Amino acid sequence: MTVRGSIVAPAGAHGPGEGSSLKRLALFLSRMWAWLFLAVMVLFFVVAVPLSTGGSVNFLTIRNSQNILVAIVPVLLLGLGQTFVLIAAGIDLSVGWVMSLASVLSALALRDAFNSGAPLPVAVLAGLAAALAGAGVVGFLNGWIIAKLKVPAFIVTLGSSFIVRGVAYLMSENSTVIGLPAGLGAYGNDALIYYISGPGGGVYFLHRPEVGGELLRRMEIILPYPVLATAFVLALIMFLLHKTQFGRHTYAIGGSMDASVRSGIPVDRHVIKVYMLSAATAGVAGFLSTLRFTAGSAVIGDSLLLSSIAAVIIGGVSMFGGAGTVIGTVIGALIIAVLTTGLVMLNVDAFWQFIVVGTVVIVAVLIDQSRDLIIGRQRRGAAQ
Amino acid sequence: MSDALLQVRNLRKSFGGLTAVDDVSLEVRRGEVVGLLGDNGAGKSTLIKCVSGVYQPDAGEIVFDGATMTFTTPMDARRHGIETIYQDLALANNLDVGANIFLGREVKKRWLGGLVHTLDDRRMAQQSRVTLDSLQIRFPTLTQPIETLSGGQRQAVAIARAVYWDAKLMIMDEPTNNLGVPEQHKVLELIRTLRDRGVPVVLITHVLPDAFAVTDRVVVMHRGRKVAEKVTAQTNTEELVQYMVGARDDDVAA
Repeated sequence: MTVRGSIVAPAGAHGPGEGSSLKRLALFLSRMWAWLFLAVMVLFFVVAVPLSTGGSVNFLTIRNSQNILVAIVPVLLLGLGQTFVLIAAGIDLSVGWVMSLASVLSALALRDAFNSGAPLPVAVLAGLAAALAGAGVVGFLNGWIIAKLKVPAFIVTLGSSFIVRGVAYLMSENSTVIGLPAGLGAYGNDALIYYISGPGGGVYFLHRPEVGGELLRRMEIILPYPVLATAFVLALIMFLLHKTQFGRHTYAIGGSMDASVRSGIPVDRHVIKVYMLSAATAGVAGFLSTLRFTAGSAVIGDSLLLSSIAAVIIGGVSMFGGAGTVIGTVIGALIIAVLTTGLVMLNVDAFWQFIVVGTVVIVAVLIDQSRDLIIGRQRRGAAQ
Repeated sequence: MSDALLQVRNLRKSFGGLTAVDDVSLEVRRGEVVGLLGDNGAGKSTLIKCVSGVYQPDAGEIVFDGATMTFTTPMDARRHGIETIYQDLALANNLDVGANIFLGREVKKRWLGGLVHTLDDRRMAQQSRVTLDSLQIRFPTLTQPIETLSGGQRQAVAIARAVYWDAKLMIMDEPTNNLGVPEQHKVLELIRTLRDRGVPVVLITHVLPDAFAVTDRVVVMHRGRKVAEKVTAQTNTEELVQYMVGARDDDVAA
């Protein structure tokens, strides 16, 4: 009567463990393509940039790598929050403008605190608090309307993006908040390490060496504070998504709303938290931009929404929810930043980067879909 | 009689003018499989949803494990040990077996004196393995998303989840629907395994061969009423079909 192994595996036959070695290779390539693409692209620029400039410019330098890291900060921060939202089968179209609002709010709070006598570090913290609080309110309202009133996320965040844009303009009085304390630039631009090569040079930590002329030209700024702050947020987000119950429930909600509800997951509260998280990473991005430019700007995030979504999609997060990783989003953001920087160094007209990035986004999704084809799985979304 | 785990007494449920369940009583004893038969619209699902907390009955009584129950939500019924597996299984197909068995009730590790909690995936996988082994369910791997599993295997995951969380009564709604023949046999095999472990099963079906394969008793419903209750070994297909289509009715005769 007992049938040992009674529920064994017809599915093993179309599970990913089997199949010809060719199929396995195709599967491997489809999983790792973003890494490979990034590597190939870097190699291409390493060869092409010196060739096109007669050897006077190199791609893989300390300076350029730091430029790429600085350029990646806002796109990556917005993308990290968006990763959570997309995995939970939502979308947040408001992030770029939440970033702008946070930039304005943090600048106002920082200036007020400083002018009323607070020491600069305290004023900076006040700026951070204002950025996070403002963003948090927008995120809460987004999530609350989506979860409780059941309005589609696309509509809610589209609407709130306009509202937030208007509020940011009104509060900034003509789009830019100036008059911030002069010492602020150090927070947004100083770095962990300074390195001056050649004679008279050296390595300096935590403070910018007082040099000028030739030495200043040879000085490399390594790991600026905004990059470190972003790395910290990245580590936090990675931990949250991949190691905690919060992350697991985010995947579950994106995979099957029904299963999540019936498993007793507090779905509404979770969705609200996800949108608050998305707004919070945008808030950090706005705060860092205020530090970097020593000014609040109501337009700073205008162009960033689509880049951040592109990074997330290139990184393999499913638009249908339930699938994706943080490291994928990092790779996606890196691909965009390397592409942009490299094309500029090749003196390619800047508009070409749009064409290339757009192509990569579509190809990325095609590759993800071909993976389903390879392992014979029904496509999510098509199946439901 | 005394070992009845579930007693439904004179249950009634109406929707507007339609009486979906009309004065139905039935009993499920420990260690038996009860088939709940009837054509579409006979009231099987409504009856079961009253027992599992989805609907609240208009009249009648549900006695479970010796106590009269009023379930207000499905979670409420689950907490008392009534586990219902619907056709859609309520699994997250993008998560692996362990994550599904523990969904909503994850095992966590505590760090820094309880300040930080992380998922204990190894522990969950290991506990899942033990439960699956005890049900003689074998998967090649527990770390693949379950969308790579077959329909029968996913059914097995849903059953394992219920067993791990100590279901006292299992209600299964058409579990062999949409499965290939070999898989149907495996699911029926699992139902027998559950019974042998002392977990009674209510099997909702309109597939008579399934009912004959695993049930000890069958209850037949027609248009909201219970029209027959038979020991499976003492009835036959022809008789049951007559009850199902309304050609015979013990309720009227009695």
